[in-house]
Amino acid sequence: MANIDSKTLAALQDKACQIRQDIITMIGAAGSGHPGGSLSATEIVTALYFQIMRHDPQNPDWPQRDRFVLSKGHAAPVLYAALAETGYFDRQELTTLRQLGSMLQGHPDRKSTPGVEASTGSLGQGLSIANGLAIAAKINGEQHRVFALLGDGEIQEGQIWEAAMTSVHRKLDNLVVYVDNNNLQIDGDIRDVKSLTNIPKRWEAFGWHVQEIDGHDLTAIIAATQRALAVQDQPSVIVCQTVKGKGCSFMENQAGWHGKAPNPEEIKQALAQLQQRRDG
Amino acid sequence: MVKGDLIATRDAYGKALARYGAEYPELVVLDADLTGSTKTSLFADQYPERFIEMGIAEQDMIGTAAGLAAAGKIPFASTFAIFATGRAWDQVRNSVAYPQFNVKIAATHAGLTVGEDGATHQALEDIALMRVIPGMTVVVPADAVEAEQAVKALIEHVGPAYLRLGRGKVPVVLDVDYQFRLGQAVTLRLGEDLTIMACGIMVAPALEAAAELAKAGISARVLNVSTIKPLDKAAVLQAARETGAIVTAEEHNVIGGLGSAVAECVVQAHPVPMRRIGVQDSFGQSGTPDALLEEYGLTAAAIVQGAQEVLKLK
Repeated sequence: MANIDSKTLAALQDKACQIRQDIITMIGAAGSGHPGGSLSATEIVTALYFQIMRHDPQNPDWPQRDRFVLSKGHAAPVLYAALAETGYFDRQELTTLRQLGSMLQGHPDRKSTPGVEASTGSLGQGLSIANGLAIAAKINGEQHRVFALLGDGEIQEGQIWEAAMTSVHRKLDNLVVYVDNNNLQIDGDIRDVKSLTNIPKRWEAFGWHVQEIDGHDLTAIIAATQRALAVQDQPSVIVCQTVKGKGCSFMENQAGWHGKAPNPEEIKQALAQLQQRRDG
Repeated sequence: MVKGDLIATRDAYGKALARYGAEYPELVVLDADLTGSTKTSLFADQYPERFIEMGIAEQDMIGTAAGLAAAGKIPFASTFAIFATGRAWDQVRNSVAYPQFNVKIAATHAGLTVGEDGATHQALEDIALMRVIPGMTVVVPADAVEAEQAVKALIEHVGPAYLRLGRGKVPVVLDVDYQFRLGQAVTLRLGEDLTIMACGIMVAPALEAAAELAKAGISARVLNVSTIKPLDKAAVLQAARETGAIVTAEEHNVIGGLGSAVAECVVQAHPVPMRRIGVQDSFGQSGTPDALLEEYGLTAAAIVQGAQEVLKLK
């Protein structure tokens, strides 16, 4: 993972747009799902799957692969889009999201979907699983890295802070955590629901190496991840400032788009906006 | 270990972990600040690099175990039964069982015989909580002999499992050549008039009760149903058909445990009169283990009485 040139960056940006289109299309087809938090996490997931992670879509069980745990499991569409785009399964599958018998369950299921490492959706559980993966790598002397993506609302769950202590206590420098800090949760603004004043300081107080970046800036995500991976004897968290619903003008910063599917007219509008960006 | 020796199943568990550590390099053990009580300290002392102290954080422990299993380890996660199955139930269901991770939840201090610590620490619902989760294996060893063998069987079994262990010393009731097999109930005493099906510490009083009943001319079969799930339906139904009456005995709420599992089985194929000896849908309290067992009717005498009642319904 080297610094990226402008051509690579443009390609990644286009990929992010395409993933956003996939998110809109599949949630639209499903008639339900969580667009807001999928769209806010798009650059993070794009940077991981197309630039940062060492993985082999043709061999999902490759032992040396980097692991990714989507702790905010309701953002499954962004993960599914990335997995399809990188070749874990056929893109056609995306249209089956949330349907009976689909390999793409409403929340990630390790047994159903190639490339999914953990079954998540009950919030607060993914960091512990990521810790377990990172501890196993340490015990085995393996070099692969573990990445986990948490929602900001999700860190209201107590288990996250149990796990945050474990990561620090076990000196899990092979673990990088991203917090998708879009400032909204189902019931509204996090400040109103249950405030998380100064998220970076909370992690710092728990003993983490902390960075704060623009979570839609692919260059910043990649650079911060490189810095995080260079840290020794300490886990790293990257607090990513993001916009819920990013990329679809009518969804941006609207808590109402946490868990609602767009109607056909809205799908058309969103896809057109994203296509316009791709066509530049 | 010979019959009559008094050994806690938690002691057998800790020793078994330490013993099998060499044979199974993927075996790792987690504990939530109770290593001296759960006896995982015996493994930790011998294999510190494969022991993970989680502090007082049971939910995190179960999730971490899931991650270790995802990486191919065979994690045994230990704490008291109430915390492992109650506090961390969602983690057991969603992080472990749903993805079918190979995590073993080995919980000690189950049931009333926790004793003086009282109701908050006496898990009387854990079998029910674990049994209701799809794909979960549930094992309740009768004594130290069975506990040790169950540890090995669960190391080799691939899939999520719950092992229920006790705090107090209990008599060894099984022969040294006893062979534990996952999913297999074992007939400990032949009988024709009724069958007493017991698990855990209630196996010893079940045998006592059968001996007592024999004095009154009643021939009671005794079945050690140490695997609650998957239940040995063949053995249960055979007993139902051949003896026509069943008394179950467990150190657990009669709702959702062994008695329920047996009732669910026989009612569908060969209904027979039943009595369920156990805690009758209440919480426990402080007291010595023996006083508690007496107070809540978990005794050989209660099993005898249950047998007499059930025979009248035949």
